Amino acid sequence: MRLTNALILAPLAFLAVFYFYPLAAILQTSFAAGDARGALEIFTDDYYARVVLFTVVQAALSTALTLAAALPAAYIFARYDFRGASTLRALTTIPFLMPTIVVATAFSALFGPRGSVNLALMQLFQLDQPPIQILNTLAIILLAHTFYNFTIVLRIVGGFWANLDPQIENVARVLGANRARAFWHVTLPLLAPAIIAAALLVFIFDFTSFGVVLILGGPRLATLEVEIYRQTVNLFNLPIAAALSLAQLVCTFALTIVYTRLQARLARPLRLRPQQIVRRKLRHAREKILAWGYLAAMLIFLMTPLVAVIAASFENGFGYYAELFVNRRESIMFVPPIDAVRNSLFFAGATIVLAVTLGLIAAYSIDRRPPTADDDVLSGAKRSRKIAVGSQWSAVRLLDAVYMLPLGTSAVTLGFGFIIALDKPPLNLRTSIWLVPIAHTLVAFPFVVRSILPILRSIQPRLREAAQVLGASPARVWREIDLPIITRAIIIGAVFAFTVSMGEFGATALVARPELPTIPIAIYRFLGQPGLANFGQALALSTILMIVSAAAIVAMERVRIGEIGEF
Amino acid sequence: MFKFKLFALITFIAFILSAVEGCAPAPTTTPPGPRELVVMTHDSFAASESIIKEFESANNAKIKILKSGDAGASLNKAILAKNNPLADAFYGVDNTFLSRALKENIFDAYKPASASKIPAEFVLDADFRATPIDYGDVCLNYDRAYFQKKNFAPPQTLDDLTKPAYKSLTVVENPATSSPGLAFLLATVGRFGKDQYLDFWKALRANDVLVTEGWSDAYYAKSTWGGKGGDRPIVVSYATSPAAEVFFSSGKLTEPPTGNVIGDGACFRQVEFVGVLKGAKNSDLARKFVDFMLSTKFQEDIPAQMFVFPVMPDAKLPAFYKFAETAKKPAVVSAADIDANRDAWIKAWTDAVLR
Repeated sequence: MRLTNALILAPLAFLAVFYFYPLAAILQTSFAAGDARGALEIFTDDYYARVVLFTVVQAALSTALTLAAALPAAYIFARYDFRGASTLRALTTIPFLMPTIVVATAFSALFGPRGSVNLALMQLFQLDQPPIQILNTLAIILLAHTFYNFTIVLRIVGGFWANLDPQIENVARVLGANRARAFWHVTLPLLAPAIIAAALLVFIFDFTSFGVVLILGGPRLATLEVEIYRQTVNLFNLPIAAALSLAQLVCTFALTIVYTRLQARLARPLRLRPQQIVRRKLRHAREKILAWGYLAAMLIFLMTPLVAVIAASFENGFGYYAELFVNRRESIMFVPPIDAVRNSLFFAGATIVLAVTLGLIAAYSIDRRPPTADDDVLSGAKRSRKIAVGSQWSAVRLLDAVYMLPLGTSAVTLGFGFIIALDKPPLNLRTSIWLVPIAHTLVAFPFVVRSILPILRSIQPRLREAAQVLGASPARVWREIDLPIITRAIIIGAVFAFTVSMGEFGATALVARPELPTIPIAIYRFLGQPGLANFGQALALSTILMIVSAAAIVAMERVRIGEIGEF
Repeated sequence: MFKFKLFALITFIAFILSAVEGCAPAPTTTPPGPRELVVMTHDSFAASESIIKEFESANNAKIKILKSGDAGASLNKAILAKNNPLADAFYGVDNTFLSRALKENIFDAYKPASASKIPAEFVLDADFRATPIDYGDVCLNYDRAYFQKKNFAPPQTLDDLTKPAYKSLTVVENPATSSPGLAFLLATVGRFGKDQYLDFWKALRANDVLVTEGWSDAYYAKSTWGGKGGDRPIVVSYATSPAAEVFFSSGKLTEPPTGNVIGDGACFRQVEFVGVLKGAKNSDLARKFVDFMLSTKFQEDIPAQMFVFPVMPDAKLPAFYKFAETAKKPAVVSAADIDANRDAWIKAWTDAVLR
């Protein structure tokens, strides 16, 4: 038991050292750096109020759009068994890890004023002006956010849905409810914990959006994160940057508290079923047309920009790929592509190990359900336990919200925090290679928690009790009951950790990158210099990033633990 | 079956871990081994491997390059770490941000022996806390084919940009987030004066100028020649970009696709400096590195690696630099002026152009 308690502290200790300590250090230094009263400007200048408003509005709209687009896909992947499902699902993840500047050039090649879509429309309808003028608008921010975060909803909701017993819905149908009614009153409430978990992640991602707003949105639109970056890096106005960072953090925290209350009310134990039982083949023509039609639309939306990148990378045959291997200028900064791939995989592997371990422990530490109505009919002995559970519950809820905080924190603020906080032994990590997976883990860890928690909370306590009664040790109960049920959720979490790391989220602001350049870092280097060969090589490397990532994700999803039957 | 897969996975992870371990520098436990010289710099730093090796073997040193973000971010990081510096030397602060570095007092003064050979126009700190290494002009690039095809003249001066004929043709970077963007803003301040530069920008805004956050997006997504889909033939870039276009064309181009607008006062000259960080562990090595950066070898290596000009007048340029230009009369804004007004100019610009 003591060991378990110590384990529960691991995620908290990790956050304390690599999150709260650097954050406190940078906030303190920032407010001391200038006239702290200057930071009050954020309350008096209504520019900042507009920034906050825009940040919230675009995030809410983006989240709604992402949910609307991805929920039907989650349904199709959860309920139907069709060829190529796992490859298709892996493909939907690729946008999530593409560098923004690459996506921006792809969007421009398609929807720019001289982009192929506009040129085709102009020719078709004999127009003088490009009909689609979408760059630097709110619309493209929403589209890009949906493009990037589609996979979050698909995986978190789809993963949960895939284990939801279809019998419950069928019973409702038998009792006379039509399809819509059965979905609305039965399936949707059961799915709610997963949907709001996904919505929360998507919202926080959009809320703290940086590259998409900065590059695609153009300079007139700014989110809090963009403003924090400008104040920190360009104006070096640390007090204002710190005040804005705090504001962003408070928003995230408040939102997460609301979420945990909601989540607690909605989560309930369920009879989870293995996927083989839940999923079935597509049957009649109508079903096939609807499902494949939707999947086709999804593929066009998610893949067209990526295909544009791939196509452009082959414009010169394999020329740009061959050029990647040549150190033409004998530069010390040359990155052989194999090294970039290996470094990326190394950081991703380390991130998976760290984030899944910590995330799993964290999920268990907050997997205490609230006292429910059922408990009221319990015996006196259990009633006194209920009171203890109640007070524990508020601590758990707080912890749940705390675990989400890193995701809502400005990357540049935290990156600067590392410089002043992690500068002395034993934490002299400023230039250590381990800082990269640590930074990736801060972003990935909330994803792992959110992937596992809905499934964990829905395990029926009776299953574990029955095993205990039959004489199983706690370890065996975990291995035989919990593990098979949460395996899929763990894999989903691991895939998220992998994607976060491959996409270099949150680590670009790091102090000083050690010389283990990853694929995205190499891409940014090419795009920092003029010349067609640089552009072509950046696209070639982007293509390699896609292929390596897709292959790794497909492989990860094939991992099976135990023979009990996959959940 | 499952066991095999798990085994394969573990082997794979172990392989990757060992591969990375293998290329990490071995810890130097034996005292007479090479000392590590840490150079903090921005993302665009590059140098020839052989030249770096030469310095290393001559000084029994190992150079570690810490790339720390763009020009602004890397300087701010150096400032934040000034009580416990991350590196021994810092390269890459330019004249638009030099005042910040000097005010924050992050450098120790060191006047290299060859300092007297550096042309006076580049020496902006007489105490040599910061030593000039290279320079380059931020200018407008234009698409030569575009103007040939349309049969009208590319712009010659900044004033041309506000004429109706050049409506909706220009892209600039936001000076609040981009180093060339800031340099171009300073060019307009130098050309039109502190009181009138905003009038120029208001006219440019009325003429439908497009503003991007950074250079990559402007150059590759918005220009008519960079990537695809852009429709703007005039972009704020560097005067060496046309030469780089030829160099990086995989032998396809013998002439640059772009030209420079280098008329009077149309460009701003960026000068980049190196300095020995205060409190550096190996300041003696750092000083040697400053000497080395001014040596002919390193100076002649600069053009093809970083696409800027060496400050030493006797350094030879590579052949393809015949396509690189320098402005005869770059706009002039004094370092003191930049220091006093940089943030105010950016703010005024933001209000005039973006809001």
